[in-house]
Amino acid sequence: MTALDLKLLRDLWHMRGQVLAIAAVIAGGVATLVMSLSTYDSLLTTRDLFYSEYRFAQVFTTLKRAPESVAQRLKEIPGVERLETRVVAVVKLEVAGFNDPVTGMLSSLPDVGMPLLNTLHLKRGRWLTPYSGDEIIVSDTFADAHGLHPGDRIHAVIHGKRKALTLVGVALSPEYVYQIAPGAMFPDFKRYGVLWMGRHALAAAYDMDGAFNNVALTLTPGTDEQAVIRRLDTLLAPYGGVGAHGRKDQFSNRFLSEELKQLQTTATVFPSIFMGVAAFLLNVVVTRLIATQREQIAILKAFGYHHAAIGWHFVKLVMAIALLGVAAGTALGMWFGNGLAGVYMELYRFPYLEYVLEPPVIFIALAVTSAAALSGTLLAVGRAIRLPPAEGMRPETPVAYRATLLERLGLQRLCSQPTRMILRHIERRPLKSLLTVFGIACAGGLMMVGNYQRGAIDFMVDVQFKHAAREDLAVTFLEPTSGRALHELAQLPGVRHVEGFRDVAANLRFGHYHYRSAIYGIQPEGVLHRSLDSELRPVAVPAGGVVLTDHLANNILHVQPGDLLTVEVLEGRRQVLQVPVLGLTRQFLGVSAYMRQDTLNELLREGDVVSGAYLSHDPGVEQDLYDRLHGRPRVLGMVAHAAAIKSFYATLGEFVLFFNMVATALAATIAFGVVYNSARIALSERGRELASLRVLGFTHGEIAYILLGELGALTLAAIPVGFAVGAGLCGILVVVFASDLYRLPLVLEPYNFALGATVVAASAMVSGWLVWRQLGRLDLVGVLKTRE
Amino acid sequence: MGRGMAEPGWVFRAAGLTKIYRMGEVEVQALRGIDLELRRGELVVLLGPSGSGKSTLLNILGGLDTPTAGEVSYLERNLSTASETELTLFRRDHVGFVFQFYNLIPSLTARENVAAVTEIAKAPMKPEEALAMVGLGSRLDHFPAQLSGGEQQRVAIARAIAKNPAVLLCDEPTGALDSTTGIIVLEALEKVNRELGTLTVLITHNAGIADMADRVIRLSDGRIVEERHNTVKRVAHELSW
Repeated sequence: MTALDLKLLRDLWHMRGQVLAIAAVIAGGVATLVMSLSTYDSLLTTRDLFYSEYRFAQVFTTLKRAPESVAQRLKEIPGVERLETRVVAVVKLEVAGFNDPVTGMLSSLPDVGMPLLNTLHLKRGRWLTPYSGDEIIVSDTFADAHGLHPGDRIHAVIHGKRKALTLVGVALSPEYVYQIAPGAMFPDFKRYGVLWMGRHALAAAYDMDGAFNNVALTLTPGTDEQAVIRRLDTLLAPYGGVGAHGRKDQFSNRFLSEELKQLQTTATVFPSIFMGVAAFLLNVVVTRLIATQREQIAILKAFGYHHAAIGWHFVKLVMAIALLGVAAGTALGMWFGNGLAGVYMELYRFPYLEYVLEPPVIFIALAVTSAAALSGTLLAVGRAIRLPPAEGMRPETPVAYRATLLERLGLQRLCSQPTRMILRHIERRPLKSLLTVFGIACAGGLMMVGNYQRGAIDFMVDVQFKHAAREDLAVTFLEPTSGRALHELAQLPGVRHVEGFRDVAANLRFGHYHYRSAIYGIQPEGVLHRSLDSELRPVAVPAGGVVLTDHLANNILHVQPGDLLTVEVLEGRRQVLQVPVLGLTRQFLGVSAYMRQDTLNELLREGDVVSGAYLSHDPGVEQDLYDRLHGRPRVLGMVAHAAAIKSFYATLGEFVLFFNMVATALAATIAFGVVYNSARIALSERGRELASLRVLGFTHGEIAYILLGELGALTLAAIPVGFAVGAGLCGILVVVFASDLYRLPLVLEPYNFALGATVVAASAMVSGWLVWRQLGRLDLVGVLKTRE
Repeated sequence: MGRGMAEPGWVFRAAGLTKIYRMGEVEVQALRGIDLELRRGELVVLLGPSGSGKSTLLNILGGLDTPTAGEVSYLERNLSTASETELTLFRRDHVGFVFQFYNLIPSLTARENVAAVTEIAKAPMKPEEALAMVGLGSRLDHFPAQLSGGEQQRVAIARAIAKNPAVLLCDEPTGALDSTTGIIVLEALEKVNRELGTLTVLITHNAGIADMADRVIRLSDGRIVEERHNTVKRVAHELSW
């Protein structure tokens, strides 16, 4: 080992505090990158593996009822590889000890053998006995939520008939990775369950003997999916087909894809911000660190070391720190990534997690870190090398200080001598002071990025459930029903208000843009379910047209008020309608198309028909009301909003909280690293000066005031700048995170600012304390002995 | 011109050497036309009060700095027009420096401080050998912080001579030391000069040291004001101040 390498190792050890702080900054950035990208890659890989291993179908369709003989004709459609017909029933479930309304999606399984498509991963228990009459397999989310085990019994109301069922297995399905009740906003594992039952038994209970109402198929490679869908729709139209769709529109897969897209954005934007800020800070810190080595650089030059050799020496020094940071960040990121993927696994039911860390992720981390570290190092070394060695070995010539603005204004009486030293020092090197302020501000801004989502989600939920969808309960009927049914609901004890709605599945089309969704017919003067204008004030939906969610109109369909939207109804007579877009409505959760109910009834050429109703009720009557509604054969399902909100916080919220916690912890690490380094470097830059003051009789406290007063002043200045940086970064996130699942509003709560400011201030205090201790160990005798 | 034909009698030769520093708005004229020749094996003392231009002259001779005007040559080499790289190579191969404040690398031991130089030199002696020559053969593995001022300065001398330089340039080598310790350091320099025949230039503002020199050059205000040869050269341990 050469003498210079020895020097390197010992220097690293000597400044280990700073080394760790710088490495922490890097690690914070790298960990975010590794965590996000590895989680994304893992989920993507896991999904693809799960889909292919469990033969997830490619095209799906539902219909009213078709005899099994039709299946043969469907199989003969060119391009169909495998096709399976099923019976699928939406049922009401009763679980002992749980009184809320529970909706079940009951699917048939072949009576003998395994399904051809969408097969199940059996987690516990066993497969159904051939031709069993009452055995079911349930999704693991539902089983876990209710603590159900093989052998337990539950009841289902199938087609109005109550049937006792025995649970024999708990399973996962590629078709229901993301389990969310149709029409619900969030997953609710307690109130929505997916179940499987033998075909024979289910068909008997659901009046589907020798018939089917659901088809899934796969395609031979190279087949045009749309062509198959068109053929399928034509063949099934007479049987009440609702329009086939590909995987893209399959419910679970669509949510999953949206979430993965969201995660991909997170995985790109978050780390970019974190790495960007970390790289900037690293650059600033390294530049200053090397600047303090100016004397050593001069000595090496005097010995006749080449510039390249000196540069390489410091490159090695900085890269050692950078590598430490990257290694720690990678390890930390993998750990967090595993944790995050675990949280996702709660939401998305995969039978296993394939944790993947793609090598390029580490290369990216390494490249960004190296670029930031090296540019800073070479800049500083270059600057030091340009000095003739004779000059480099001399202390820097005193730079021209001058009276500060404050003093020029004649206010020096207000400042003590040490305070004037602080102010002059800040003013003497404005660029350095600005960089320090901006560096600390970035760290504070990151803190806000780390935790702003919480407030945004609160606001989003508040707008959705307190302003737009204010109903306590949404009731869906088995099939469209006369509006008179609403009177019956209104008569139920405890019900305050009832508002009917009509919804119909539809494909919305404008030019070559289209979106598969539904049209909601609501009441123009509704008090429960309302559409909001851009200022979030309720506005009545005008007659004769459709009002679209702003995101749907602007970013998906690219349609404007005044344009004619093509609505392809996917139910009943399957009309294709031209409907004028009359306005836009502001909505953060989901996207929808609204009409007045009477307009929709008119367009569908039906009378006063409703699909369901929104209810508000007195507090405390829930149980009684659920029981009464449950007893009505026409009522298919109920969604209670209080429960929906609660379950949302329990599931999606958990992910957000985890992510926030990690992001906040990493941001805090970065903040501390930056502030500590600023303090530490200031100490090495001014140690001699301060020691000289000690020799002159200044107390420990007085010199600490000079050094830490500057740090304090810069930190105070950085806090408001950090607020601006944080708000700007959050603004960027809001734009890139917009999806049809939700758009986060830019809502910054006081606690966002408070947390940012607190962490920065706390980092400054801890750093100040550490530096204060070091000031106590200044070598006064050494100062007297050596030059200056 | 004709002198270049054979090995010249001088090692350094300066003519009309001028150096102006610009410090903010102030111009400082450190050297005002120095003419000088330094010969092989000589021990030369540069005397003068602070600000007289001694250090500037030494730094220019050592290739640490370049003159504003005038010419300085080392043997056949014109240092005033040399590039940064040429000066680096010149320092690496031919010059040994000793500074007033030692300028040791604090994180390296005595042996390693010397090795930092021998590792890049062409025909160096062993670090141990150089340290033994200055009487520090037993303190090889001590860090600078564990050595006294005089010992540190002797490490610096060992570091300077270990590369077998053609010239040893010492800027106030005893300036930070008491007289007893200073004399030990001067003895080390004297020994190197005598045994290795290295041209040694020693800056001091301490006239007492001048008696050990072959030649004394006095500077004042950037000019040479006096030059004398010592007919009787005293040995270092006889000196006092």
